[in-house]
Amino acid sequence: MTNKITQEKLGWKSLPIGDVLEAGTAFEFKTGDWRSFRPVHDDEKCTNCLICWIYCPDSSILVKDGKFAGFDLDHCKGCGICASVCPPKVKAIKMVDEREFMKEGK
Amino acid sequence: MGQITIAKTGNEAMAEAMRQINPDVVAAYPITPSTEVVQIFSQFVSDGLVDTEFVAVESEHSAMSATIGAAAAGARAMTVTASQGLALMYEMLYIAAGLRLPIVLPEVNRALSSPINIHCDHSDTMGARDTGWIQIYCENSQEAYDSILQAIRISEHPQVLLPAIVSDDGFIISHCMETIQILDDEEVKNYIGTYRPQRYLLDFAHPYTLGAIDLQDYYFEHRRQLAEAVKDAKQVIVEIGKEFGQKFGREYGLFVLYQMEDAEVCIVVMGSTAGTARAAVNQLRAKGKKVGMLKLRVFRPFPFGELAEVLSKISAVGIMDRSDGNKGLGGPLFDEIRSALYDSEKRPLTVNYIYGLGGRDITVEQIEDIFQNLLNYAQRGRVDSLVNYVGVRE
Repeated sequence: MTNKITQEKLGWKSLPIGDVLEAGTAFEFKTGDWRSFRPVHDDEKCTNCLICWIYCPDSSILVKDGKFAGFDLDHCKGCGICASVCPPKVKAIKMVDEREFMKEGK
Repeated sequence: MGQITIAKTGNEAMAEAMRQINPDVVAAYPITPSTEVVQIFSQFVSDGLVDTEFVAVESEHSAMSATIGAAAAGARAMTVTASQGLALMYEMLYIAAGLRLPIVLPEVNRALSSPINIHCDHSDTMGARDTGWIQIYCENSQEAYDSILQAIRISEHPQVLLPAIVSDDGFIISHCMETIQILDDEEVKNYIGTYRPQRYLLDFAHPYTLGAIDLQDYYFEHRRQLAEAVKDAKQVIVEIGKEFGQKFGREYGLFVLYQMEDAEVCIVVMGSTAGTARAAVNQLRAKGKKVGMLKLRVFRPFPFGELAEVLSKISAVGIMDRSDGNKGLGGPLFDEIRSALYDSEKRPLTVNYIYGLGGRDITVEQIEDIFQNLLNYAQRGRVDSLVNYVGVRE
């Protein structure tokens, strides 16, 4: 069922019995498409404290080798918690209006 | 293969079936007239006669919620209730069915308020008739005991996976002592088998989400699936009833026919009134009147085709509802039977008799009068009064 979610909708005969949704489907399902603010990261300022990673409610802070590695924009909903918890002396994340990126076609 | 004959009230018989089933979880709240089932069962728990985790909850809504949670986790879970208790479970009943959890609920039929009343009628379970639960109505303690055991097998059957209500009549059966035959503990254990759900939430190796939101894109498909499951359950109920007969000598089906072979008119009844009706049939048969009775056992799934086949051969059918539909045209059983007969080539005259609300007694004489009424209608070929209230003061 997992990878069919976005492509093909199952009929009642092929659905699992009884409102069962297989685990891990949120990974396939792009839930970040209604975001109105996008987090933008400044590599220069970031100290890799990873407080943003701890606080992100959607596991959208990507980490590699113990360091900040980017945002999962397929799932980030733009809540701004990462920008808010980034220490005041660092301020490595800012929230930018999605329309700015639309203009640029990103 | 020993069965013992023992005196039990309906409530004791239900509790005994539950002791032998030994469910993993029972979450229940006492309510008249089913209180004793919970009380006796909780004594079994205290005495260490069952391994059940008994959850004493604060309401029936919580009872059904906890039972649903336990069943979803993978437990064989049961609860017990009556009347207002079942009404308070209402929203959770739909959830149990929608999640396809095989919960078995022994229920004791009692009138719904208002006015407040503790005695028998079928308005409580009739209020839950479209929830997706299987419904089995029992005439006596023996049927209640046997049907609860069968319900475990029916509900947990991989082609069914639906919750089931097994009910008997409040006080008339629940508090009336009669001799019944009970099976050996070991035999029940083997008969119901170990519960092995295909999917359960505590199966950490195969995680999944249960009961996620379904909007315009999937809700309809899930409800369609449920509708099909309820329809298909009929075949499994028949098979399991037959197998029970082969194993233990008491066969069960969707309904029971009494003196129907050459009957000119008949009545359709559910629950304990079948005993009274049988006496009325015997009295009239002794006078040469061709009367019969159909005792309906399985109300959900409703055996439309099977009933139509039998009833279409009758001239006039009296449909006895122990609850009122409060809709301007008789009771729920009346609706279903008339619907079942609509496509028959030959349709009998149908008459609705609403009786016994709030535990009002129904007598052999009253049922004889109903038969006489039906015989007159059959002779004249028309019905004067479609919906009738039996035994109510004008």
